[in-house]
Amino acid sequence: MTSGTMEREKTREAVGAMRTSVVPSAGAAASAGAAGGMAPAAMDKMVVSNLNLYYKEFHALKDVSLTFPENQVTALIGPSGCGKSTLLKSLNRMNDLVEGCRVEGSITLDGSDAYRDVEVNDLRRRVGMVFQQPNPFPMSVYDNVAFGPRTHGIKKRAELDEIVEQSLRDAAIWDELKDRLKKNALGLSGGQQQRLCIARALAVRPEVLLMDESTSALDPISTAKIEELVAELKKSYTVIMVTHNMLQALRVSDKTAFFLLGEMVEAGDTDTIFTNPGDPRTADYVAGRFG
Amino acid sequence: MSQSAVKEGFARALFVGAAAVSVLAVALICVFLFANGLPAMAQIGIPEFLLGTTWRPANDLYGIFPMIIGSIYVTAGAMLVGVPAGFLCAVFLSRFASGRVAATLKPGVELLAGIPSVVYGFFGLVVIVPLIRDYLPGRGLSLLAAALLLGIMILPTIITVAQSALDAVPQKYYEGALALGADHEHSVFRVVVPAAASGIMAAIVLGVGRAIGETMAVIMVAGNQAVIPGSIFDGVRTMTANIVLEMGYAADLHRGALIATGVVLFVFILLITMLFNVIKKRGEAR
Amino acid sequence: MMAPWDMTAAQLSAALRIASDEWAAREAEVARRRRMVSALLRGLVYLGAAATAFVLAFLVGYILVNGVPYLTPSLFEWTYTSDNVSLMPALISTLMMAALALVMAVPIGVGSAIYLVEYAPRGSRFVNIVRTTTETLQGIPSIIYGLFGMLFFVTALRWNLSLLSGACTLAIMVLPVVMRTTEEALIAVPDAYREGGFGLGAGRLRTVFRCVLPSAVPGILGGVILALGRCVGEVAALLFTAGTIAQIPDFVAGGAAAVFDSCRTLAVHMYVLASEGLHVNETYATAVVLLVVVVVLNAAATFAAKKMRKGSGND
Repeated sequence: MTSGTMEREKTREAVGAMRTSVVPSAGAAASAGAAGGMAPAAMDKMVVSNLNLYYKEFHALKDVSLTFPENQVTALIGPSGCGKSTLLKSLNRMNDLVEGCRVEGSITLDGSDAYRDVEVNDLRRRVGMVFQQPNPFPMSVYDNVAFGPRTHGIKKRAELDEIVEQSLRDAAIWDELKDRLKKNALGLSGGQQQRLCIARALAVRPEVLLMDESTSALDPISTAKIEELVAELKKSYTVIMVTHNMLQALRVSDKTAFFLLGEMVEAGDTDTIFTNPGDPRTADYVAGRFG
Repeated sequence: MSQSAVKEGFARALFVGAAAVSVLAVALICVFLFANGLPAMAQIGIPEFLLGTTWRPANDLYGIFPMIIGSIYVTAGAMLVGVPAGFLCAVFLSRFASGRVAATLKPGVELLAGIPSVVYGFFGLVVIVPLIRDYLPGRGLSLLAAALLLGIMILPTIITVAQSALDAVPQKYYEGALALGADHEHSVFRVVVPAAASGIMAAIVLGVGRAIGETMAVIMVAGNQAVIPGSIFDGVRTMTANIVLEMGYAADLHRGALIATGVVLFVFILLITMLFNVIKKRGEAR
Repeated sequence: MMAPWDMTAAQLSAALRIASDEWAAREAEVARRRRMVSALLRGLVYLGAAATAFVLAFLVGYILVNGVPYLTPSLFEWTYTSDNVSLMPALISTLMMAALALVMAVPIGVGSAIYLVEYAPRGSRFVNIVRTTTETLQGIPSIIYGLFGMLFFVTALRWNLSLLSGACTLAIMVLPVVMRTTEEALIAVPDAYREGGFGLGAGRLRTVFRCVLPSAVPGILGGVILALGRCVGEVAALLFTAGTIAQIPDFVAGGAAAVFDSCRTLAVHMYVLASEGLHVNETYATAVVLLVVVVVLNAAATFAAKKMRKGSGND
């Protein structure tokens, strides 16, 4: 698995160069440490500042400020209806689909405003998403993974083959599926479907990966596989996950934010949040007092 | 046996009887059509009947090949007109239209479905035919006029069936595509439409069935010459038109030949219905 | 697992070969093309919808503009002459024809739907056969019904060209419409209603009529209206079963035997006028009357469907 550190650094630089050329990430460093103030080594990939979100009259997110450090896993926890999924969906603007949804405040990706400076389709390419229910398209495994690259203009068969294989490998499902690339994806098991969806998201080379309770519909073995995968993925991606499962947050995440009734109560280092929270409501929740 | 048990049994028998009526109807239709059509077909000679290119009842020449070709041409033409427009309109209603626009257009489509074919035919006669006569070669009464008119007539069938197929595609596919950075149009056409493919195919097949069976509107605009048309501006006679035009005065073998034309049409329709069912079953299996 | 930093030197240099400038240019070009394709697709979709809307508006508008001025009293005179080409006899014949057809089709259609939904065991062979034949009936074009009606009712049963022959033919033609809509309406009734009926010790018959049918009525009504619309607009099935004589079947003088009188419905009347080509203005006016009838029926069906959706409450 491991090669030399030198080579690692070189690749990182290369990948970084490719990314910056697409959208200049000026000010990415400037936003680092704006809030949260943890793990000073990590740059903040995305920053949410004073975010208010309304569904028609309903005030779903109240003045939320939060940072998502690069190459870390951030977990959003809290009881149902607390706004954690809403926040996740506003990071890649899937909330735009909801009629009557209104956003105030700012969300930045590498310092550029996700709602003003970045074109929405480009934002969604760079901020990939894995849904709660596995949602592979009703087409072959190969076409599922190739969908994104094709959408973004990659037509050459060899190039696509390579991306498909790499993405499936990155999602740790290549060995299971390499002989079934032409089979319909709906025939896979739930766990396989979800990892296929992760591969599909990775195939467009995102920078951030959003996971919306992505293991809640799966059995424990599939869940374990995906958790393992997330630990691996954070080496190259910034991962933000919503989870109901507090043990999962504890196992997988580096940073945790706790939400209650549309407010962000507290955010910080995962270990701190779980062992020594600053707010009594957080303490109650992690101790299992609310559902 | 108690009184209520008798009543229950009687009611049940009545309902079974009612359900049997449609089976009986199909059986009767088959028996009467075939019993009256097949002997005539045999007398004319099946190859001469199906492949003969001359229809001249006065000389006892009954070749319906021009009419078979006519029906196929007119139907194909109608598909060229109606399928793209109907499909796009269905996509619009299902994935593009705002609530208010859809609420206006949808009843319009239903109205289009309810307009009697004789009104369509008359519209074709007074609008489409003169347009073609004035600006294009030929007399106006033509394959082109029939195809255009039929294309309009099958619109509601295609729109309604295709739209319900598109509406049935789970929203999660559309969202999945958006989340990969595809825009609305790409998500709809590359994911939602393929997912609804079998329903859209079923809509097209249903449209074919309607087009090939349409009678009155076609008669009024197609010119009805019983020869294979050389161009889209020539007149054309369909199988349906053949029956209606001559049944009023036909007798003996001529009458038999017309009923046999109906038999051929009926077989076409049965094949289309079977195809429709196969597509539908395949769609459901997915 | 293969992350970028696990690449071999060869793979790495391949990845780096796409220099960053080139990558950005390519990305921009791809995005531009994608936007163009999307704009084109969006344009096509709007065009398709606009074309449909235009055709509808133009067709209806054209008929109305040309027809309404000729809706003269003479068009509604009691008897038809070749001068006044009155549509009154045809209109009344249409009502009789449709009523007679529905009197036959509705009980049979509703009865068979009740059997299919409420009585038949799931997946029984008889049910499959009934469904297949219903689908077949639905696909049969009206000219085939016309031929069959001519061969069976007119010739074999010796009913001649008559109101009864025409109505029977129409009844078979609209039977699948009534069946299908009734079936759907019955299926939409929540099972709780049935359980309620059985729970009170009512028999199946009583349960169906007291608990299930009432809430399915709007749906069934919608189907009946749809069937009525088909009866009103039909020509091909009637030309050789009911004939084209412009008279009202005379039930006053003839009694019940008047069902054996030949008559023409409004749509047939319009076809005859249009193909004679002598009374174009009156043809327009007749088309207006047909259109109005269709619009009214459509509105009624929509209303019934709305009622149904509200009533069953499990949509």
